[in-house]
Amino acid sequence: MAANAHGNRFWIIAIPYLWLLIFFLVPFLIVLRISFSEVAIAIPPYRPVFSLTDGWDVLTTKLAALSWENYRFLLTDDLYVRAYFSSVQIAAVSTFITLLVGYPLAYGMARAPAHWRPTLLMLVILPFWTSFLIRVYAWIGILKPEGLLTVVLQFIGIMGPDEQVQIINTTNAVYIGIVYSYLPFMVLPLYSALEKLDGSLLEAAEDLGCPPTKAFWKITFPLSLPGVIAGCFLVFIPAVGEFVIPDLLGGSNTLMIGRTLWVEFFSNRDWPVSSAVAVILLLLLIVPIVLFQAQQQRQQERERG
Amino acid sequence: MYRGATWFNITSLVLGFAFLYLPILILVIFSFNESRLVTVWGGFSTKWYVELFNNQGLMDAAWVTARVAFVSASIATVLGTLAALVLVRFGRFPGRTLFSGMVYAPLVMPEVITGLSLLLLFVAVNFDRGFWTVTIAHITFSMCFVAVVVQSRLVSFDTSVEEAALDLGCTPSKTFMVITLPIILPAVISGWMLAFTLSLDDLVIASFTTGPGATTLPMKIYSQVRLGVTPEINAVCTILIALVTIGVITASLVTKRQEVERKRAERMAMSEN
Repeated sequence: MAANAHGNRFWIIAIPYLWLLIFFLVPFLIVLRISFSEVAIAIPPYRPVFSLTDGWDVLTTKLAALSWENYRFLLTDDLYVRAYFSSVQIAAVSTFITLLVGYPLAYGMARAPAHWRPTLLMLVILPFWTSFLIRVYAWIGILKPEGLLTVVLQFIGIMGPDEQVQIINTTNAVYIGIVYSYLPFMVLPLYSALEKLDGSLLEAAEDLGCPPTKAFWKITFPLSLPGVIAGCFLVFIPAVGEFVIPDLLGGSNTLMIGRTLWVEFFSNRDWPVSSAVAVILLLLLIVPIVLFQAQQQRQQERERG
Repeated sequence: MYRGATWFNITSLVLGFAFLYLPILILVIFSFNESRLVTVWGGFSTKWYVELFNNQGLMDAAWVTARVAFVSASIATVLGTLAALVLVRFGRFPGRTLFSGMVYAPLVMPEVITGLSLLLLFVAVNFDRGFWTVTIAHITFSMCFVAVVVQSRLVSFDTSVEEAALDLGCTPSKTFMVITLPIILPAVISGWMLAFTLSLDDLVIASFTTGPGATTLPMKIYSQVRLGVTPEINAVCTILIALVTIGVITASLVTKRQEVERKRAERMAMSEN
């Protein structure tokens, strides 16, 4: 009986563990390996540096003679360096705009009558279930020069009949796309932080003669900071590696690293360089990912204790 | 209490939800447009839907997508539920930190990296790419979402019922089937739905891991979107939006009813004492 229970325990751990090892961890090691190999005109199009049949001695000698060629290429080629910087910059700017748009919405939701809140929450979550691709596609029809925004602006009279909006294929369109697509990720943690806020603190501040704006900056905003931080991480981290939005809404001069990787892989068929791009992208993201997980852990412990 | 702030609250709600929903609404409206031009209203028509069902390529892609989503969501739900049990119930074991890292990392991993790495794995072991490679890729990232959803239910779970069953001589596996599973079932079902829609939506990972004969709907939509906005694509998108909306609303109504029934049962049990 006890042996049986022990056996069950082993398998319950082993099955998901093995799956993730084989299909999550091992693939990364392969990416790492290929990022150190040379391009070859063959199928698969790279010449492996390591082989699984190598002994330990062979492995250590090969490690010493590793080809850093792809990395040297990435770090000296202006295109890649600029793509990394502009990905981080675009993601940071969009995260900030998402916060500016999401905060009033989350605030309004948290202050709404209690029986409305589940419905409002549902309305924020629903677009999250709708395809990313569809939501980005919806903006193409609005933003393109002969699109709906032009028609509306011409109708109101803000724009002359021969003028057209020049938004699509620019970085501004990418900002709009990211803010729109990631807004639910920002609103949900903000809402859960704001909803828990103790209203009596604000009442006390008001009784003591504190003006509402000052009360907001002194009480509401500091107490909602965990939500602000979680929301910013949830938007920033995936936005850095975003592919669909810059590809469909951005122009040829909108450099983002996810798109560079895609082009390198599908158009140039340079597997070693795209692997090296992936490794550096991961290294860039590891710091925010670790910080985010540490923050989540602290948050959970605080809520339990 | 804050009369001045109420206007502000209502305005931010209206503007926020308008921003979230107007683009989708416009897309849906223009799928019923008679005219091929996407900005000129030419009268109501369902002809793009008819055209859609005659488009063999799109129909094939929709069938592939539905099969991938169903199979991957089902396997991911089993694996994700196991992973959640391991994280919440199994305490310490060798390699636990690595395990929880591997469960949380795919949630924020850029899709291009997940896609590329899985493709390189399939190439390295000479696995023929197609239906199964896309399915395996989808299982891998969606099982982590299932694990998070089920985990949050398991954390808020009163273990005394399970302990009572074990004390009364129920075997661990029977306790799981009779007590634990029914209680976490709503979370397991919403995990399945999440996995299903994630698979339905995925473009990037499927593009990397697919092979001949396994073109999914998002890949098909993507290749047509690059050529420009067309009413047919608006029609496909409208159908997908409708399916997801109906699914999500039904699920939330079902969970709500279960919650109400559970509370009523609890009240009855209390009043009998």
